[in-house]
Amino acid sequence: MKERIEMKYTQGFYPIIGKENLSRDIFSLTICCHEISSLAVPGQFVHIALPGHSLRRPISISSIDREAHTIRIIFAVKGTGTKDLSCLNVGNTIDIVGPLGNGFTLLGKDKKVILIGGGIGTPPMAAMASYYGENAHVISGFRDKTMVILQDEFKRYTPNTYVCTEDGSEGIKGFVTMPLEELLKKEHFDMVYACGPIPMLKAVAQVTERYDTPCEVSMEQHMGCGIGACLVCTCKIKTEHGIDFRHVCKNGPVFDAREVEWNG
Amino acid sequence: MADLNVNILGHDFKNPVIMSSGVFGYGREYEEFFPLEALGGMATKGTTLHKRNGSEGKRITETPSGLLFSVGLQNPGIDYYIENELPNLLTKNTNILTNVAASDKEEYLQIIDKLEQTDAPIIELNISCPNLSGEPYGVSCSSTEMITRAVRERTKKPLTVKLSPNVGNIGEIAKAAEAGGADAVSLINAISGMKIDINTRRPFLRNNHGGFSGAAIFPIALRMVWEAANAVDIPVLGIGGISSSEDALQMIMAGASCVEVGCAIFKDPYAPIKIINEIDQWCDDHGVKDINELIGAVEPW
Ligand SMILES: Cc1cc2nc3c(=O)[nH]c(=O)nc-3n(C[C@H](O)[C@H](O)[C@H](O)COP(=O)(O)OP(=O)(O)OC[C@H]3O[C@@H](n4cnc5c(N)ncnc54)[C@H](O)[C@@H]3O)c2cc1C
Ligand SMILES: Cc1cc2nc3c(=O)[nH]c(=O)nc-3n(C[C@H](O)[C@H](O)[C@H](O)COP(=O)(O)O)c2cc1C
Ligand code: FES
Repeated sequence: MKERIEMKYTQGFYPIIGKENLSRDIFSLTICCHEISSLAVPGQFVHIALPGHSLRRPISISSIDREAHTIRIIFAVKGTGTKDLSCLNVGNTIDIVGPLGNGFTLLGKDKKVILIGGGIGTPPMAAMASYYGENAHVISGFRDKTMVILQDEFKRYTPNTYVCTEDGSEGIKGFVTMPLEELLKKEHFDMVYACGPIPMLKAVAQVTERYDTPCEVSMEQHMGCGIGACLVCTCKIKTEHGIDFRHVCKNGPVFDAREVEWNG
Repeated sequence: MADLNVNILGHDFKNPVIMSSGVFGYGREYEEFFPLEALGGMATKGTTLHKRNGSEGKRITETPSGLLFSVGLQNPGIDYYIENELPNLLTKNTNILTNVAASDKEEYLQIIDKLEQTDAPIIELNISCPNLSGEPYGVSCSSTEMITRAVRERTKKPLTVKLSPNVGNIGEIAKAAEAGGADAVSLINAISGMKIDINTRRPFLRNNHGGFSGAAIFPIALRMVWEAANAVDIPVLGIGGISSSEDALQMIMAGASCVEVGCAIFKDPYAPIKIINEIDQWCDDHGVKDINELIGAVEPW
């Protein structure tokens, strides 16, 4: 048995060692799991099982601390699964499979990048900001000021942070594409990374295409296995042979924005 | 250590636990959790003549103790399977059931003819896919017998026919497959089900309805396996909602020679391995030396 090759995924029960309520319905959990923290890269996700639910819930890894052997996840309470997740506390264990999917492409730390998070798509950008430091410009978009999260953390990594709210109750009134376009107009960036609702990703993809700037987006889809076996989590990708149905869990969740078929 | 070996379909299954079609791809992904040789066998993703992209929109959603899905048989097509997946699977030291799906007889026969040229050991003929347009062959006795016989005439390979639960007379359907020359029957496939998003007033799946699977369907599956096992003399592979060794043992006592584990693996990637180990333990604890003693051992009132 000993010489068997290392298995790529792990499933285990890991202790929760920190919990925070970041805003009304948004929680952060810090989980101690060496197996995942030692392998994970920003943009990957974990798949969480909860008692009484037949499907696991995919949640992005928001930050990774290899020294402390921890990862942090940040999630919004949407339905019954995330509600149950929010009831877990420090001292409880959590059933996780991970790290799953392909993370963002990391360039040299000296490259200049823009990180865009929309709503609950903001958390994975924390790990990215920690990597790029002050070479990162972080744009976050929220519905209103009660939903704003993670700004203090971003400011610890970089002076370049921008908040947009749809109703103008904090920061810039409008969408993330406004500061994005300003930045791209002014200077050269090596990459734009985005995570958030599909309409936002689509708009970001259009702007970056116009400025001929590479862009990676993190896509969402409802999942079964989380590892590429059941083929339920499709994303339409343009290939030389036409449209192909790829899978968010295995081929993504991060895709090159130019490859995604945004219409349909 | 009880003897868990079951001989059906002309092959020894080292234990009675097979991974069910569609949840396990062609084995490459879950192999990252455990070696495939731990399994009694595995059924491949339903494979069609040509590559299929599958259904639009969301393909899965949770329901109480179960799930609803509509994949629309996304698969790379039989030629790709024969060239790229089958050779790999044949090295895995487990029984490979090639699950075949098609929308008409001609297509089934073309796939069978291609497989006949290969070393694929066992064919699982899916005549019950709930997501293909048109009526599946598995919903009537005459079409079940017709398609089974047509395939039987073209292949010497062991053949199990995967039946639809969306019928009122599962015993009669199983008999029709037996009459057509099946070496075994696999049942049940997913039950036809539906879910509506009340806020958008839209069915959750683009296909309106889909396959309903998971623990919630276990009692229905068990009853159908029991009826089918009583109706035929060929072995039955019991499928539907199995998520524990207790479920698996119930299926076996109801008359299944082997069980197939489906979507329980989504929740617990080690589910089939745990089920195998726990069956073994249960047999030891209950003085059962050979799993074959338990097949059909239920004592009905
Ligand atoms: C790769 C990836 C990363 C994600 N990262 C985060 C994150 O960091 N923080 C966060 O708050 N949310 C994240 N999500 C969304 C999160 O998975 C859903 O909000 C969650 O599954 C909802 O579960 P629920 O039981 O509360 O909702 P319900 O609506 O009751 O869920 C019903 C079913 O639908 C699925 N589902 C519902 N909404 C989504 C969705 N948007 N995406 C995928 N499946 C969904 C659920 O998993 C469940 O199977 C991510 C999704 C993906 C695919
Ligand atoms: C996502 C998914 C895809 C499936 N695809 C197939 C398939 O291609 N061919 C097939 O015969 N059955 C398919 N099935 C049905 C399963 O093999 C099984 O018969 C059914 O799910 C009931 O078992 P379960 O409740 O243990 O999952 C699929 C099931 C699921 C959940
Ligand atoms: S969730 Fe199974 S393939 Fe992505």
